[in-house]
Amino acid sequence: EAFGTSYHHTSLHHTAEMFSCVFLSIVQMEDVIARMQDEKNGIPIRTVKSFLSKIPSVFSGSDIVQWLLKNLCIEDQVEALHLGTLMAAHGYFFPISDHVLTLKDDGTFYRFQTPYFWPSNCWEPENTDYAVYLCKRTMQNKARLELADYEAESLARLQRAFARKWEFIFMQAEAQAKVDKKRDKIERKILDSQERAFWDVHRPVPGCVNTTEVDIKKSSRMKNPHKTRKSVYGLQNDIRSHSPTHTPAPEAKQPTEEELREQIKFGQAQLDRHRLKMSKVAESLLSYTEQYSDYDPFLCTPDPSNPWISDDTTFWEMEASKEPGQTRVRRWGFGINEVLKDPIGREQFLKFLESEFSSENLRFWLAVQELKKRPIREVPTRVQEIWEEFLAPGAPSAINVDSKSYGKTTQNVKDPGRYAFEDAQEHIYKLMKSDSYSRFIRSSAYQELLQAKKKFGVCNFFKYFLKMCLMPTKTTFFDESTLKTVILWNFIIIYNSCFLFLYIINCNLFL
Amino acid sequence: MGEMEQLRKEAESLKDEITAARKAVQDLTLQDHVAGTAVVGRVQLKTRKTLRGHLSKIYAVHWGDSKLCVSASQDGKLIVWDSYTTNKVHAIPLKSSWVMTCSYAPSGNMVACGGLDNMCSIYNLKGKDGNVKVMRELAAHTGYLSCCRFLNDNEIITSSGDCTCVLWDIETGSQKTVFAGHLGDCMSLGVAPDFNTFISGACDFTAKLWDIRDGQCRQTFGGHESDINAIGFFPNGNAVITGSDDASCKLYDLRSDQELITYQDSGIMCGVTSLAPSLSGRLILAGYDDFNCNIWDSLKAERVGVLSGHDNRVSCIGVTPDGMACCTGSWDSFLKIWN
Repeated sequence: EAFGTSYHHTSLHHTAEMFSCVFLSIVQMEDVIARMQDEKNGIPIRTVKSFLSKIPSVFSGSDIVQWLLKNLCIEDQVEALHLGTLMAAHGYFFPISDHVLTLKDDGTFYRFQTPYFWPSNCWEPENTDYAVYLCKRTMQNKARLELADYEAESLARLQRAFARKWEFIFMQAEAQAKVDKKRDKIERKILDSQERAFWDVHRPVPGCVNTTEVDIKKSSRMKNPHKTRKSVYGLQNDIRSHSPTHTPAPEAKQPTEEELREQIKFGQAQLDRHRLKMSKVAESLLSYTEQYSDYDPFLCTPDPSNPWISDDTTFWEMEASKEPGQTRVRRWGFGINEVLKDPIGREQFLKFLESEFSSENLRFWLAVQELKKRPIREVPTRVQEIWEEFLAPGAPSAINVDSKSYGKTTQNVKDPGRYAFEDAQEHIYKLMKSDSYSRFIRSSAYQELLQAKKKFGVCNFFKYFLKMCLMPTKTTFFDESTLKTVILWNFIIIYNSCFLFLYIINCNLFL
Repeated sequence: MGEMEQLRKEAESLKDEITAARKAVQDLTLQDHVAGTAVVGRVQLKTRKTLRGHLSKIYAVHWGDSKLCVSASQDGKLIVWDSYTTNKVHAIPLKSSWVMTCSYAPSGNMVACGGLDNMCSIYNLKGKDGNVKVMRELAAHTGYLSCCRFLNDNEIITSSGDCTCVLWDIETGSQKTVFAGHLGDCMSLGVAPDFNTFISGACDFTAKLWDIRDGQCRQTFGGHESDINAIGFFPNGNAVITGSDDASCKLYDLRSDQELITYQDSGIMCGVTSLAPSLSGRLILAGYDDFNCNIWDSLKAERVGVLSGHDNRVSCIGVTPDGMACCTGSWDSFLKIWN
């Protein structure tokens, strides 16, 4: 082949060094392409006779889709088209009559790209190369290979930019065109189309995705910038200065003695850590997802509705209101963290503990959480306040901490930081989890909230009843028992009012 | 040199012992355990809103609450959206257009961003006169800022191309703790639900768990064959999900100290750019270089859905705190809300 295939093998080695981030996906794609080109099990390539000439070395879009469906674990045609379009966008095969690199599942003709132009060769062609190419195109038979509008615009732009060296570019283009003319007609057709497809990848039609674009996080890591800036046509390029973002990758160095000791220390700590059995871990993951699947809007329709789908914001209004719904209260029962996470949960928990005169633990825990968010200049004062309130001898809200934590905290308070109470807080958290929290969940206060037994006032009854009659869709958060209670009480009130009214009328009649 | 040899041997043998210790608790794999559970049914999410306004590639998006999110784009703008109404609440022009990350403070009072300028800029959204101004510029990193996450209005954690992560005190603008240990650029970070630890993924193909309080690396997880671009906690705080250029995502458990499962498919050949778990953790949504987002059943490791609609790479993804919707940001300059 004209451009040389041997280059491809050495370039894969270079690829590994230079483009480690894209290497794997390119290797996978080229693996598939190689299979597609296999003589026995690949896509059948043929020469098609058209009106005046032959169209060499082509296959149809449908051929590609069918092959992908048959040879890869792909579910359906949509996925095959997606994968095929991706490969076309990278330039591994291309439509022979279009600059736009997508895959169509029809009779459109496609051709394979020569390995010389594959992405694994790390091409970053310069504008000088593109100028030579466009210039060369204008020298060829205009009827066959006329420039598209965007190409003509690019050429004009490049002529202005390279005005000084245009003569050189023109000479190169002439030399190339001469060589091309000498080629066999069929070979020329194929090579021209492959060259054009290469430029369609690196200088895409405006509006098309440029698959050669690399994430700036990765591009600033790339090694050996000079190696990638090779010319397609063997032109000497100006030495480019390093981009300010480029940092040469550090050489992989042998660890120093100190680093080794650190590694060993870390390794020892790792070895000593307790590891939970996989079965226990798997069980805990499974039960967590099961427990929360009712609360996952992607798995279960939320109650009353998902505001994004129904355009009804009731769900968010309920979350913001002071009265927690049943589903929300049920969640508090999943674990102490759920109660502590929810502001209304914290409120209810605190209220319950206050009723039992045992709220100092929770108040301490909340105070320490709040301390951690304070600006650093307020920390020392706050630490002192918390110490005085909860831990100092004779503290008004004395909490019970184990002697080890108490000792540590006493020390920490002398040099106060955000984490002065960390040990004490951990101890208190464990206490709350095993004691206060379980009492809260068993309490009648919590159970009533859970069953949504609301104590309605007379006005509330009327309000809810009216709301129910006038806006039936918005009162759907009532459960059956509450609904029955509301209706019953409303009837009782109306019945009594009627009775009273009749009685008054009777009295008046008598009088 | 005898001592160096000894040390090297000791380090190697420790590595082997750790591998053995991890194997010792593999009484059952995750696949075996969930063999009896059914795969989650096909999940079909639709685009509910498209947020238009950016003029160039979107690199990052982060939810503040159930409706507000902030996005960063190469057009040099940070936009705060009320995504429910699709209104732009703030459009903040940036000094440097090479922005790579953005974050919304849990309080809703601030946003932060950073990128090739090696700095993390903090913006106050609730300024007195209503204008959004730079509040602090946190500068000390010697590499690009790949990710940032607020702990509260006073503290923020950043990850950088200089291979370190840093905990900053915003008010004083100083570095409180430097988390060093990665051997490659840190690409992404995630804070634990209890705010006591955080995880980082890097170009040395590993993920590390750090203790925020004492700055120590508690655990390291390997197994990926290329850069880890995205990382996040499983909602229960006991497991970590990573996404890599090797086209796979992995689930690591903190308590058993090892990889539980890998999410990959022979039909996927592109790197993972971003990921987010659903509220229950049963679904993992991952954005890829091939313009799509795949939805995985996290326990069965099967693909149960695809989000396609973007015309270029999906660079970032996030699920709202209430789990109602997910947002994808793309190089095609659009943000899409799906559920």
